[in-house]
Amino acid sequence: MGGFPILSLMLLVPLLGAIACLFVNERAARSIALAATAIDLVLGVILWTSFDIGGAQWQFTERADVFAGFAWALGIDGIALMLIVLSVFLMPICILASQAISKRVPEYMAAFLFMEVLMIGVFSAQDIFLFYIFFEASLIPMYLIIGIWGGDNRIYASYKFFLYTLFGSLLMLIAMLWMVNVAGTSSIPALMVYDFPVDAQFWLFLAFFASFAVKMPMWPVHTWLPDAHVQAPTAGSVILAGVLLKMGGYGFLRFSLPMFPEASAELAWLIWVLSMIAVVVTSLIALVQHDMKKLIAYSSVAHMAIVTIGLFAFNVQGLEGAMMVMLGHGLVSGALFLCVGVIYDRLHTREISRYGGLAINMPRYALFFLLFTMASVGLPGTSNFVGEFLSLAGAYQVNSWVAFVGTTGIILGAAYMLYLYRRVVFGEQKNADAAAMPDLNAREWAMLAPLAAATLWMGIYPESFLAPMRSDIAILDARLARAAPESDARLVMGTVAPAAQGGDEAPAHGTDAHGGAH
Amino acid sequence: MSSILIIVFLPLLASIVAGLGHPAFGATVAKAITTAGLFVSCALSWPIFLAYLGGDVAGQVVPLMTWVQSGDMSFDWALRVDTLTAIMLVVITSVSALVHLYSWGYMAEDPDQPRFFAYLSLFTFAMLMLVTADNLVQMFFGWEGVGLASYLLIGFWYRKPSAGAAAIKAFVVNRVGDLGFMLGIFGTFLVFQTTSIPAILEAAPAMQGSTITFLSMRLDTMTILCLLLFVGAMGKSAQLGLHTWLPDAMEGPTPVSALIHAATMVTAGVFMLCRLSPMFEAAPAALTFVTFIGAATCIFAATVGTTQWDIKRVIAYSTCSQLGYMFFAAGVGAYGAAMFHLFTHAFFKALLFLGAGSVIHAMHHEQDMRYYGGLRKHIPLTFCAMLAGTLAITGVGIYWVHAGFAGFHSKDAILEAAFASGTGMGRFAFWVGALAALLTSFYSWRLMFLTFWGKPRWALSEHIQHAMHDAHGHHDAHGHAEHAAHNPPAQEDAGHDHSHAVPSAQQDDGTAGYHPHESPWSMLIPLVVLTVGAVFAGFMFSPFFLESESVWNGAIAYNEHLMHEMHLVPLWVKLSATIVMLIGLAVAWLAYVRDTSIPGKTAAALGPVYRFLFNKWYFDELYHAVFVKPSFALGRVFWQKGDVGGIDRFGPNGAAFVVQQGAVLARKVQSGYLTSYALVMLLGLVAVVSWVLV
Repeated sequence: MGGFPILSLMLLVPLLGAIACLFVNERAARSIALAATAIDLVLGVILWTSFDIGGAQWQFTERADVFAGFAWALGIDGIALMLIVLSVFLMPICILASQAISKRVPEYMAAFLFMEVLMIGVFSAQDIFLFYIFFEASLIPMYLIIGIWGGDNRIYASYKFFLYTLFGSLLMLIAMLWMVNVAGTSSIPALMVYDFPVDAQFWLFLAFFASFAVKMPMWPVHTWLPDAHVQAPTAGSVILAGVLLKMGGYGFLRFSLPMFPEASAELAWLIWVLSMIAVVVTSLIALVQHDMKKLIAYSSVAHMAIVTIGLFAFNVQGLEGAMMVMLGHGLVSGALFLCVGVIYDRLHTREISRYGGLAINMPRYALFFLLFTMASVGLPGTSNFVGEFLSLAGAYQVNSWVAFVGTTGIILGAAYMLYLYRRVVFGEQKNADAAAMPDLNAREWAMLAPLAAATLWMGIYPESFLAPMRSDIAILDARLARAAPESDARLVMGTVAPAAQGGDEAPAHGTDAHGGAH
Repeated sequence: MSSILIIVFLPLLASIVAGLGHPAFGATVAKAITTAGLFVSCALSWPIFLAYLGGDVAGQVVPLMTWVQSGDMSFDWALRVDTLTAIMLVVITSVSALVHLYSWGYMAEDPDQPRFFAYLSLFTFAMLMLVTADNLVQMFFGWEGVGLASYLLIGFWYRKPSAGAAAIKAFVVNRVGDLGFMLGIFGTFLVFQTTSIPAILEAAPAMQGSTITFLSMRLDTMTILCLLLFVGAMGKSAQLGLHTWLPDAMEGPTPVSALIHAATMVTAGVFMLCRLSPMFEAAPAALTFVTFIGAATCIFAATVGTTQWDIKRVIAYSTCSQLGYMFFAAGVGAYGAAMFHLFTHAFFKALLFLGAGSVIHAMHHEQDMRYYGGLRKHIPLTFCAMLAGTLAITGVGIYWVHAGFAGFHSKDAILEAAFASGTGMGRFAFWVGALAALLTSFYSWRLMFLTFWGKPRWALSEHIQHAMHDAHGHHDAHGHAEHAAHNPPAQEDAGHDHSHAVPSAQQDDGTAGYHPHESPWSMLIPLVVLTVGAVFAGFMFSPFFLESESVWNGAIAYNEHLMHEMHLVPLWVKLSATIVMLIGLAVAWLAYVRDTSIPGKTAAALGPVYRFLFNKWYFDELYHAVFVKPSFALGRVFWQKGDVGGIDRFGPNGAAFVVQQGAVLARKVQSGYLTSYALVMLLGLVAVVSWVLV
């Protein structure tokens, strides 16, 4: 693609679309939104196919100095590429899923297109302040989507969303300013190889952590997510779960780990403990939910904990696994929210007990829902298995407690997802209105079928997704090597066992999480 | 060897085409596609099997494509064929093909047949992927794939709440085992830096004696790895502790029970153990544990099997018990005997299940043996098939001419191997196994006598009454309303006041005027074929499985010494299985033919012991109280007290409270519009950046 500014173009298309939407009527706004997201999808595919695997680390770079070192600098590596592809893939599906929106449609479409601009911006920014602007601004359209087009309790949800995020972002901005001052550059690639003093890293890490942990979200700063999901319209939930949560994981990969490797290793125990608690606690909470969206929201927290477990395994399997969970979860949780949306549009309730026996009147829907349920519980052959398997395999090499507690998620995950599936799809038809719901229509097919195909593709031949990221993960792994914690396995060869010392207590010996696992 | 591609992928293709395409071409075509696909796979499998039986054929691997490459970890899609795989191929494809055919008759009235056949074929594909795996992760793929198919088929009649519950239970309990399997794979990768099975088996002996830390415990490396993997096997093969899902899995249609919950899927754990046998050989402590669990399961399930009334549950517990035999055979190092029993068991247990299905079909879906009786003359072919199956499972044969039904050869080999192993645990397993063989004989003949001997007791069956009632054309509106309550009888003397719907003249002979009919040919042909297997499989294949190292050709750890010792065990050991079989038969005859009041008296006399067995050692109640209820309770606590009452109360809501009590001035600034907050934030950002940098 030479010097063609394809990334700027990908930002420009939805931006122009968003502006255009504001000046036209409802029908035209829908068409514009669909067209703009479709164009971006095509551009995303071009980006993917023309990405030079094994080539330069940063590709499609663009740079225009704005003022005082602050630059319009864009560029991607394989990690960013995959997340951009995920974003542009989900967007047209979201537009299709917004058929039921009837209030202020042009503004709604504009908000979504603006959202797309910011998402692509976050993943392609190469200037730390540019990143910050995109990262924080991405909340604005989400506030609006929840606050204007959300459910009955939307004000509380959007307020909670706002409050949590505010808490993190300020600290992160201060840390960024300090870093730029010290390193003398605001370029992300330059900062990624800059060695900050080890004692400063500690505080910088915590400052970034505050923001990314909320975004992920990690236990215990996750309580905004269930409310936000429950209140958000379907498409909002898809983007929230599919892409916005990934910004936290991307932040860890792009900033925390490469910029503060020593601090990451030093504070890994914190991440491990929080992640282990999250897997067990949020899974158990998911088990007792009555609201479909809340259940899936809590399951997202548990899945994101597998991401952090993988990220802080400090090895290739863990890092690649974390990325694969992010991509897989983006597809599958998005798809599950769409599945909820499909029946919500028909019955206008998320109450699980109002449904039942849908396999009778909606067999095709039941099949799709089954596929995504199985993907969510990490059945091999689906996207999530590859990610979870690699993440946990990576974690095992560092700490068997983390891997053990993380892996209990496969039991609990199966329990809450199959319990949901049973109550919604199996059983007798309980309500006449639920029994009268028609099966999927063509539009819903068009939403779910691509997600199903992608889920299977990623599960059966993940190489397409792993290959672009491989060299970038290897670079990160090499950078982390100097700080990576030692394995707790300590394999000793020979027939004479050394005096059993009971093993050094692993730092992540979280009794809370462990107690909850049994 | 490219036929293996067809063997494995044809069922998948058939499943997809039939499952997705049936609205276009109809149910019959969907059934024909899947059934034909399986018969082709089966026809292609037998030549491979026979070639391997010839001896000295090396294993082969057909690579397909890359699956995952991540740093040092890489595993591919590939199909491995060796002796062990070849045995499983014929077992899986033969039973599956016959079950497909059988289902034409058994499921004839079901409106959802294409879905059923698609699931059956999907299951077969996953099972074939499991047994052809060349690395642990592909084995796990097949492992979970059969779990999915099992879930779908147990829940096939999804309208029934009990079927939905049983399906979840099967999946979740298996997942507990899978936790062990996954950790085992992780640990294996950590130790060997590979997931390739041949590479692991080659490197395993060198790891003997090494130690590793797992969950802060210092342990022998090979022991912990093998134990973790074995936990996976325990889940899939319903071994004691993780067995609770198998009896409930009988909620699925009977052909499913025959294929998945008797012949194939539940034996996956035994297959895994044999596949990894060189690895387990490096972990003697783990093998001792395997022997113990196998023996314990064997006796546990047999004791429970003696008290159940549901014909399918008796056979389910019998399966569980027979799997225990296979495990303790593997535990003492007789992998060949374990595989041999797996092989013969597949035929005679599938036969028993399909025979039971034929009985259930004839008895209008009645599964309670208390309402059977005297069926010998009404369904003679089914009776003959069941008789052959019973003779096979109880191990009838004559030692001196070395000829008998299938189970005679394989079960004897297991007991002899356990005795010959010479270890304390081996001896324990022998005695437990012999006792379980007595119980096996008892419960198997009990089933036969209750079903086929004596006088008909059909009149009390609600299902039969239902059938008669429908036949009488719904005269009786009141009676019909009562049929809505379709509760299976809890006790023998449960109230049955439906009798007014039945013509009293026909009640005297206990038939209620009902005439059971023999099943259609589609169901009888599989019974006949499996009968041949149950009669001859042991006699014909015993030398290949047990006495020839060249047949195995390295596919399992072959213990020449043990195989030799087996021949030297005392005569009473060799005759023990036959002796206990005769005792079990005699007791069953006494109690269920000669004097039918004995069982009731015995049950009353034993009181608590009987109830303990009848309630399956209270495992379900225990697990419900220890795991299920606390999980839900904890979930509620974490949610209401943790998230809502803790984090939210002191976090965002607390902050809101503080803000609200704050300055009035601030309230004026706070417009309440999020957009203005965001705008302020952006402006502030620009200001700060400018101030710092300019």
